[in-house]
Formats: sequence, C-alpha cells, structure tokens
Amino acid sequence: MNAGFFAGAVIAAQVLLGLAMLLGVYRLLQGPRAQDRVLALDTLYVNAMLLVLTFGIRSGTTLYFEAALIIGMLGFVSTAALAKFLLRGEVIE
Amino acid sequence: MTYLAGALILSGALLAFAGSLGLLRLKTFYERIHPPTMGTTLGTGLILIGSMLYFSALESRPVLHEILIGVFMTLSTPVTYMLLVRAALHRDSAEGRDPLRSQPAKDG
Repeated sequence: MNAGFFAGAVIAAQVLLGLAMLLGVYRLLQGPRAQDRVLALDTLYVNAMLLVLTFGIRSGTTLYFEAALIIGMLGFVSTAALAKFLLRGEVIE
Repeated sequence: MTYLAGALILSGALLAFAGSLGLLRLKTFYERIHPPTMGTTLGTGLILIGSMLYFSALESRPVLHEILIGVFMTLSTPVTYMLLVRAALHRDSAEGRDPLRSQPAKDG
C-alpha cells in the first residue's frame, strides 16, 4: 500500500510532465515571435529534465541524475546563446 | 517517508504543468515569461527534495547530490530570462512598437 501510493504518484507526475512538454511543443510551433519560441524551448528542456529525474526515481538508479544535470547545463547554455543571438544578431562577437 | 516523497514529486509535477499551461494561455510575451519560472524553481525544488528523500530512504544513507541541480537551476534561470526579456525589449523597440502598449489595457 505504501509503495503503491508512491509508484502511482510518480507515474502521475510523469504523465503531468509529459503533458507539460506537449504544451511547450505547441507554443514552440505556434509562438508568434522568436522570443516566444525561445521561451518555449527553455520550458521544454526544464520539463524534460524533470521527466528524466522521475525516470531515475522509478528505476531506483542514480545514473539518470547525471543525465538530468547535463540536460540542465546544456539547456542553460543554449537558451543564453539564443537570447544573445536575438539581442545582437551574433552569438560571439 | 515515501508518502511524503510521492506527495512532493506529484506537487512539483503539478507546478511544472501549471507553468506550461500559463505559457500556453497568457496573451503577451511579457506575461508569458512569468509562469515557466514557477516550474523551474519551485517545481524543480519539490521534485529534487522528493528524490532526495526517496533515495535516502532507499539506500539508508543521506543522498544529497540532487542539490547540485537545484543550485544550478536557481542560478541560471534569472540570467537566461533577463537576457531573453532584454532581447525582446530590444526587438520591440527596434521595430518601433511600444512594449508596454502592446499589452491589453490593464492597471497594475
């Protein structure tokens, strides 16, 4: 019973995060301007990172944690580079 | 302990979902930039605390390395969003549209 609630909660969390990623994809395709798409990409990678974390919780290994850390770092770099590109027209001047 | 961890993970996922819903539903870009921060800070924090509790209970020793992700997200989110808003303001002023005027008329 105790483990049943936890497994159900993690599965429900995964479903919610998957739906959140779908909403982000919709905004990514729909977004009227470029900054909306960048914002949707940022939301998308955060939700993907949380989804990888919940996969790690379900499987019980800490390997997924490192994947989530890498996703977080690369997402930060990519969003910063895209925002810099929108601001100046070049990433590295 | 696992009840608490499950509840924390579920509420964190709910917050992330609410953030994405706000990203979908709000009208202008300057309103839309607010909701995803809820998922990136509070949602990530709750899921990380739940994960720490669960792994600490599973391995019967304190497992704290998830703090790394929390610190990193807390530091990186304001930086990227401020860059993004600055880029949006620059684009709006370069195209001659007033960023405050493009919102629906509302006092606040």
